Amino acid sequence: MKLTVDGLLVYFPYDYIYPEQYAYMLELKRALDAKGHGLLEMPSGTGKTVSLLSLIVAYMIQNPHHVRKLIYCSRTIPEIEKVLEELKNLFKYYEKSQGEKPNLTGVVLSSRKNMCIHPEVSQEREGKLVDGKCHSLTASYIRERHEHDISVPICQFYEGFNTEGRESMLPYGVYNVDDLKQYGADRNWCPYFLSRFAIIHAEIVVYSYHYLLDPKIAEVVSKELNKEAVVVFDEAHNIDNVCIDALSVKITRRTIDKSTQALQSLEKSVAQMKAEDSTRLAAEYEALVEGLREAAQARDTDTILANPVLPDEVLDEVVPGNIRNAEHFLGFLKRFIEYLKTRLRIQHVVQESPAGFLKDVSTRVCIERKPLRFCATRLQSLLRTLQISDPSHLASLTLVTNLATLVSTYTKGFVIIIEPFDDRTPTVSNPILHFSCMDSSIAMRPVFARFQSVIITSGTLSPLDMYPKILDFHPVVVSSFTMTLARPCLLPMIVSKGSDQVAISSKYETREDVAVIRNYGQLLVEISACVPDGVVCFFTSYLYLESVVGAWYDQGVVASLQRHKLLFIETQDSAETSFALINYIKACESGRGAVLLSVARGKVSEGVDFDHHLGRAVLMFGIPYVFTQSRILKARLEYLRDQFQIRENDFLTFDAMRHAAQCVGRVLRGKTDYGVMIFADKRFSRADKRTKLPRWIQEHLKDSLTNLSTEEAVQICKRWLRQMAQPFTREDQLGVSLLTLQQLQSKEQQEKIQRAVVQQ
Amino acid sequence: MTTSSEDVLLSVNHVRYKKGDGTLYVMNQRLAWMLENRDTVAVSHKYADIKTQKISPAGKPKVQLQVVLHDGTCSTFHFVNSAGAEAQAKDRDRVKMLLQNLLPKFKRQIDGELEMKSRLLSLHPILKHLYEDLVISKVINSEEYWNTPTLKHYTESTNLKQEAGVSGAFLADIQPQTDGCNGLKYNLTQDIIDAIFKTYPAVRKKHVDYVPNKMTEAEFWTKFFQSHYFHRDRIASSSSKDLFGECAKMDDQAIASAMKHTTLDLTVDLPHFTEPVPLLPDEEYTEKEKDSNSIHRSMIKRFNQHSIMVLKASHKNSSSSNNKSTNNNKAENGVKEANGIDKRSMDESEPVDKKRRILEKIKYEDLDDENDTNRAPELKLSKVERYLLGPSSQVTQSTSSSNNPPPLSALSSICQAWSNGQQCLRPFRVSAAAAVGALGELSPGGALMRQHHAASMAQLIPSDIKLELHRIYYSGGELLRELWRCFPQPGAGADTEDHAAKAEKFYEALLRFRNVKLRPFEEKMLRDLTPLATSLTRHMNQMIDAACSKYALWQQRQAKLR
Repeated sequence: MKLTVDGLLVYFPYDYIYPEQYAYMLELKRALDAKGHGLLEMPSGTGKTVSLLSLIVAYMIQNPHHVRKLIYCSRTIPEIEKVLEELKNLFKYYEKSQGEKPNLTGVVLSSRKNMCIHPEVSQEREGKLVDGKCHSLTASYIRERHEHDISVPICQFYEGFNTEGRESMLPYGVYNVDDLKQYGADRNWCPYFLSRFAIIHAEIVVYSYHYLLDPKIAEVVSKELNKEAVVVFDEAHNIDNVCIDALSVKITRRTIDKSTQALQSLEKSVAQMKAEDSTRLAAEYEALVEGLREAAQARDTDTILANPVLPDEVLDEVVPGNIRNAEHFLGFLKRFIEYLKTRLRIQHVVQESPAGFLKDVSTRVCIERKPLRFCATRLQSLLRTLQISDPSHLASLTLVTNLATLVSTYTKGFVIIIEPFDDRTPTVSNPILHFSCMDSSIAMRPVFARFQSVIITSGTLSPLDMYPKILDFHPVVVSSFTMTLARPCLLPMIVSKGSDQVAISSKYETREDVAVIRNYGQLLVEISACVPDGVVCFFTSYLYLESVVGAWYDQGVVASLQRHKLLFIETQDSAETSFALINYIKACESGRGAVLLSVARGKVSEGVDFDHHLGRAVLMFGIPYVFTQSRILKARLEYLRDQFQIRENDFLTFDAMRHAAQCVGRVLRGKTDYGVMIFADKRFSRADKRTKLPRWIQEHLKDSLTNLSTEEAVQICKRWLRQMAQPFTREDQLGVSLLTLQQLQSKEQQEKIQRAVVQQ
Repeated sequence: MTTSSEDVLLSVNHVRYKKGDGTLYVMNQRLAWMLENRDTVAVSHKYADIKTQKISPAGKPKVQLQVVLHDGTCSTFHFVNSAGAEAQAKDRDRVKMLLQNLLPKFKRQIDGELEMKSRLLSLHPILKHLYEDLVISKVINSEEYWNTPTLKHYTESTNLKQEAGVSGAFLADIQPQTDGCNGLKYNLTQDIIDAIFKTYPAVRKKHVDYVPNKMTEAEFWTKFFQSHYFHRDRIASSSSKDLFGECAKMDDQAIASAMKHTTLDLTVDLPHFTEPVPLLPDEEYTEKEKDSNSIHRSMIKRFNQHSIMVLKASHKNSSSSNNKSTNNNKAENGVKEANGIDKRSMDESEPVDKKRRILEKIKYEDLDDENDTNRAPELKLSKVERYLLGPSSQVTQSTSSSNNPPPLSALSSICQAWSNGQQCLRPFRVSAAAAVGALGELSPGGALMRQHHAASMAQLIPSDIKLELHRIYYSGGELLRELWRCFPQPGAGADTEDHAAKAEKFYEALLRFRNVKLRPFEEKMLRDLTPLATSLTRHMNQMIDAACSKYALWQQRQAKLR
């Protein structure tokens, strides 16, 4: 349908529209008009992606000077593929109604591993190896060498792209990974570099968070992107953790050992080069005297990772003299690694600030702050000079130089924690140095500063006021949308006690209590007896899952569970879990039904959807608080309190509830879907927890459903399931949760939509 | 009775039978017992007659062996070796083992069939009535009876029975019982053993390797229940003592290879969900090392494996039975079952598959205006005739309402009688409304059944008569239908000879039926229920007359043709 959103003609590729989609577009347009940032929450399964795409594409077509580019970031590869398919749909609709495709190009960027078409390199299963092999075929000096000596292997696809591909532009249209591969294979061009090149000019870019948030990658990939762009972070409820992970470094003893080895091999090659051809080293020295500008102009194939420091910190200075010489630099690194080694040799936990660490470095091994800052860049330059063909075995050393650069650049928002052993196994010595970022706004700030509009959106962003605080930005639009429903297709319930009236809770004091575990088991058994097909359960942590399963086996819960459904359990091995998941789906599809035990914050809870019969009920056993004894977390909480005035408890509850909402939201993927959501913990019924759930769940969580025993919950659930199993047609939805164009344009509906949006 | 040519495989002295001591002979063909100091054989059972053997439980004072025959009688032999209970048990076990080997050879195929038939009759009372009315009263012989389509439907459907899958909890359902003195007793049935074998091919392999040669069945299962394999909370010991230590490893390998060979669905492919940061050491590498030392962790792994294998066991069945029934298993569909790897060889179909999955995921069926008509699932009929003519037998019985509706098969024959059998294509398609209309007309009270007075009928007929009438309708309808089936159909006229013979047989059977069943019933009615007597059976008679006249007409034509 073609509709007008606040004066903008939007092509929407469906015949009907949900009221909340229209409301979402209205808010989104306000943010674009104001050239500001936005924070929008809308339940999953209400067509967020398609609303976003159709509005922004329409906006770009009609205001080409206002918004030139759309950068759509999503978290997982399946999500990215879905976005591209939706975009294709939209383009098809434009073609159908206008007669021609819009003059826009949409292109995806993924890792080499997903995009490589080289017959040998693409056979590698690990991303690291693909990167290394690709580098060894495409680096500039390899290609130079090839010119003199034909026997040196190079990649024909890169050569093809390099000679022809740079002149031409991709024809208008949408390209997903397979399309690019096909396009590349037809022309003998490398799809990866084609895509790297294409994103600079393409109007729509779809890629993973890292390409924008992780400075190491963003500097290489996204540096030249247009500033008049709209950036969308979809599924952004975890964006703060992504930011933090991008800037944190973890050093173990293994890292140290490996980097020592790498250092030795580097020393050897430096010595060898000195004997054979000292001119190159001399030339490098000269270049470094000139400054880093020279080094930065390296070809795109040579750099895989950039300096981990953010663009606005880009170093204009000259590399300090004491590390210009290759041998001196290696000696310098050696000293630094030795220092780290001594720091890891400790008996008790140490926590210090970057400034303290730097001071200690300078007093103990006489390393100044300034040369440390150049470590990462200097290593990259050395690798280029030495013509290391496959840098993949130098990973650990790269990590150490990253640490050096980061620690000497940032003095605020970071902490260094050295732990001699894991808290769970205090007898095993396993020292780890955490260099941890505590401020998620550090990685986000350049994105907000650089791009015109940044839209952060997800199904679960409640409470909405938290994100502007922790990401440190000022949105012009903050809205939460609910789901208009023609029938109550979600049934949230809080089960606070078992059938024996013992309160159930995963609170630390009672979580190992036999009665609590038994009650959890009983709840699951009864639910699995009355709910058809798939049932998914989430535990608060993997350790808890393990101990509960053990107890259930002894209590016979597992046996009675197996009488109703097949049992699958998430493990820490993700390949194993994937296989279990595939079988879980098979079991649901064959009609046998299955139970999946999984972990909140685990991979399943973050990326797998259990739509329709794959998940008819989801149980959340306990509140998924993060492991509060972790020192990194404590440091972060302290920092948040001091810097942003966020109380520890508020943040912990916010974090737990967003994960709980994320878990239970997995079962509901649309309006025709339905699912039971059971929160099995007494503490959920407290106001401070309940009010932090997303609005679309809260609306259905009536007071009568907040303090149930197992039997009551099962009774309610049975009745509700029978009701839901009745046929559900479009006529039931029309006018309420589904609108035609006429209905949308009616005045009364417009007012209703206006009222429905909650603004904060 | 004895012939000298028979070999005596084993003879055991001191065996008591009915209070007389004697010798038990296990021979080639039969089991015999002779009273001491006599020449004649007192007991002689052919192996073919023996259904099963039973032995007295260990620990009982009497050491006995009982053979049960097919006709239900049984003979009990009491071993009374003077050397004591041990020697007695040894004697008994020798006989038992020998019989165990011999008996299966003599199980006749026909037994199974007979058993199946008798079971069928006992399961379905309607069929039993039909059998009594038609076969026992000698209207038709048993072979003809079993060849009627109604019966064929039953026998065939039981042959193609869907194999049941394995219950997820079959291991947990083997409940141990304490025997009072620190021991546990597990009751194993054949079903459970089948389930174990089906789910755990490794155990089956072990069983094949060990059981007859190295240990007995009982020992094997004892070991099984003692192993960590059954008790999942025990850690696998690496010592070679445990028979099933290898099994766990074999399972691991099977799962691992299956993992390698399945292309993961895009939406669940966890390892490839996120884009890796290039050139950084991955963290999982270090975490993997501390695996496999926790009980819980290995237990969880085993639960997953168990579920996967249970699923696989049932999938295997369905796929193999599918192949059998549809009979069009393509070469590429031939699933390699040996180690449970379904190979998904078609690489080029993968992107298409992936794309379909994504489209499926992003589709909002309620937003799209699409005609659902073309997506309606196709109705698959296993028996078109049954669908068109309606269920012939069982349903009429169950819907025995106040007025006796004639069986639908009768309706079909009448329809055919009207159209004189020639023009009407079979299976003929009548619109549903017309069929219901016709049924109404043919029911008592309808235009064609004026003579009946429905309301009064229902009240006047006592229930036992009603039942009897029902049975008559049922068996008569069956015969009528068979007869009508024998008349040549347009289009198919190949084996008229055969049909003629068959038609004659059924024509005679129908006449016999009228004499043996219908007439006595009418007479009885005349005696008991005078006012209604003739009207009750009028419809039945009409139908028989119609069939007979049709037969006569057909015979005339046949004669003319010759």
